[in-house]
Amino acid sequence: MTELERKRDRAPVPAQWDYAPAPEARDLVQLRERYGHFVGGEWLEPKETYATIDPSTEEPLAEVGQATNEEVDLAVRAARDAFTNGWSDISPAERAKYPFGIARILQERSREFAVLESLNGGKPIRESRDVDLPLSAAHFFYYAGWADKLEYAFPNRKPRPVGVAGQIVPWNFPLLMLSWKIAPALAAGNTVVLKPAETTPLSALLFCDVVRQAELPPGVVNIVTGDGRTGAGLVKHEGVDKIAFTGSTEVGKAIHRELAGTGKRLTLELGGKAANVIFDDAALDQAVEGIVNGIYFNQGHVCCAGSRLLVQESISEPLIGKLKRRLETLRVGDPLDKNTDVGAINSRQQLDKIKELVASGEEEGAEIYQPPCRLPEKGYWFAPTVFTNVAQSYRIAQEEIFGPVLSVLTFRTPDEAVEKANNTPYGLSAGVWTEKGSRILAMAQRLRAGVVWANTYNRFDPASPFGGYKESGYGREGGRHGLEPYLEFE
Amino acid sequence: MSRLPVRKTYKLYIGGEFPRSESGRVYEAQGANVARASRKDLRDAVRAARGAFPKWAALTAYNRGQVVYRIAEMLEARRGEFADLCSGPQEVERSIDRLVWYAGWADKLAQVLGSSNPVAGPYFNFTVPEPTGVVGILMPEEPVLAGLVSRLAPAIVGGNTAVAVVSEESPLAAVELAEVLASSDVPGGVVNLLTGRREELAPVLAGHMDVNALDLAGADGEVEELERLAADNVKRVVRGAADEQSPWEVAAFLELKTVWHPIGV
Repeated sequence: MTELERKRDRAPVPAQWDYAPAPEARDLVQLRERYGHFVGGEWLEPKETYATIDPSTEEPLAEVGQATNEEVDLAVRAARDAFTNGWSDISPAERAKYPFGIARILQERSREFAVLESLNGGKPIRESRDVDLPLSAAHFFYYAGWADKLEYAFPNRKPRPVGVAGQIVPWNFPLLMLSWKIAPALAAGNTVVLKPAETTPLSALLFCDVVRQAELPPGVVNIVTGDGRTGAGLVKHEGVDKIAFTGSTEVGKAIHRELAGTGKRLTLELGGKAANVIFDDAALDQAVEGIVNGIYFNQGHVCCAGSRLLVQESISEPLIGKLKRRLETLRVGDPLDKNTDVGAINSRQQLDKIKELVASGEEEGAEIYQPPCRLPEKGYWFAPTVFTNVAQSYRIAQEEIFGPVLSVLTFRTPDEAVEKANNTPYGLSAGVWTEKGSRILAMAQRLRAGVVWANTYNRFDPASPFGGYKESGYGREGGRHGLEPYLEFE
Repeated sequence: MSRLPVRKTYKLYIGGEFPRSESGRVYEAQGANVARASRKDLRDAVRAARGAFPKWAALTAYNRGQVVYRIAEMLEARRGEFADLCSGPQEVERSIDRLVWYAGWADKLAQVLGSSNPVAGPYFNFTVPEPTGVVGILMPEEPVLAGLVSRLAPAIVGGNTAVAVVSEESPLAAVELAEVLASSDVPGGVVNLLTGRREELAPVLAGHMDVNALDLAGADGEVEELERLAADNVKRVVRGAADEQSPWEVAAFLELKTVWHPIGV
């Protein structure tokens, strides 16, 4: 450590930073009181509805449909009809223009979507504006270009669409996950029935207006909303040729069981408990930023979150010190405030789960740290949390918390780091921080995970395949590889 | 006076060794007493396969290709013997040639299946295929030899290790193949072959929590139950082709790993 760094490290951090509020304009979003299901290009009046809320205030935003099996059936029929009557006959070059158009419209209406995403999901506007929306548009643009080039992606395999894809997406990146699902499906020539998450249906419902503007033929994209019952109805429907699911490992396993013996295609993108491994030669300040981005990005509601920090013992103390000081500067609060770093927890149910696991961490003997921060009274909130003194066997080191909670473990040798990092049933992602190039490559090889971020974390791109090893699921989204789940071959 | 030929004892192939079933059981097939593997034998085989996995996966692709090629060499030397155990010389030749074909794939998989990804930012980003781990295989009943080779070669050439439950009716080719593997340069534990009752072994293999992929090439009727059991640890379920060769048969047993690194001075 240089003299300058030592001084900086001792510099006091103000107990409370003051920021003037910088709210994003909420009136960009015009919500309807009630939404139906989007089936065959038209709104289907729902039989049952429920209220979807703003998790930062618990105030209702709109009534949305709870799709019954009959409504799911109508959506699947509309998708089948669109697939057989027209969509699969459109020339690939013409087909490409639709997702290209969607990408452009998403760019044009980007701020509106960003505000809605923060309203309904609780994530900071900075993230929905700078991450979710640009990536959603990019995803459609990337896959649009593949539509008329499939035979180059899969030479000698005569690719053809699977048919009707049933897609179920989670609440952590509602529009982005919709884009990850719909863009490759359309590029490959399929039609889709997509179910957004129970708590975050609004951006998918607004997306129906993009579908209208893009002049997509009716029935190519159908959206049904509802809870797990609607998802189960979609999974079980005989008219669906392929299921793509992103969500919890528990539900993923249930879907795998449900589809056993049916021959229906399935891809799963499930949970994770990623290790973020920091070696003693890492650039510590950069690593601290990477750790923060790894676990506090999107309130930790990220399947690939770096939720287990593995620090080399010799630097554990200074690193944890820096991390704690950095945490004090995180601004927790109003998702629509442009200064906010950590927004609201997505739902009461999720908040309860986080609280329960955090309590177990304290009970099992880990040491908890939370920076001083004022949490709003209404809504669902949880302060950024670091656990030190964590043993491998603790639940907070084994189970996915899906919240802003970091568990710190230490290691001495690279072998021990690999052993600990891989010691989980999951295998979605991992991070490694070191200035030594050969060590990066050695670690990248030995970490059993589908995505390895070296000297960075939580980066995403439509050209970059994403997906897990082991119980984190199978199949890839992104890149050329992300087309494969939506194609049949000879 | 005519000479009485020496009979061969047909045993299991686990961890590079030829044990009898720990249960002491045999059953009669193709005129021989064949070991009837137990659940414990299967679990031992998975342990052997898991133990062999890190080293086998870490071999250079060139090296792994040579090992698979060596199997072809050893099989070539025993053509006559195998011809009597399967449909005939043509099937043996097809099997040998298939091993050579797959051997050549070892150091091309990453180039054909992997990619360098042009992400929109200052990052170097690439995707490489990696073995999924331990592969459980239900071998097809037919073709007797080519079926074994068609399922084993794509599993191991990509760096996986395998535990296979072989044909119940015609297990002798598999036991003979085990001898070929043992005399090739295939490290012990990379391939484990179990003879016995399919009904007894298949569910244990499908439900085993340390098996990463399940090849149902030889499953018959019990697919639904086996797939359901495979969900317990999110196994990759593969419906392998009994007598075909394709790099996609290899790809089915591979994971894709994507690595990011910033570009900067």
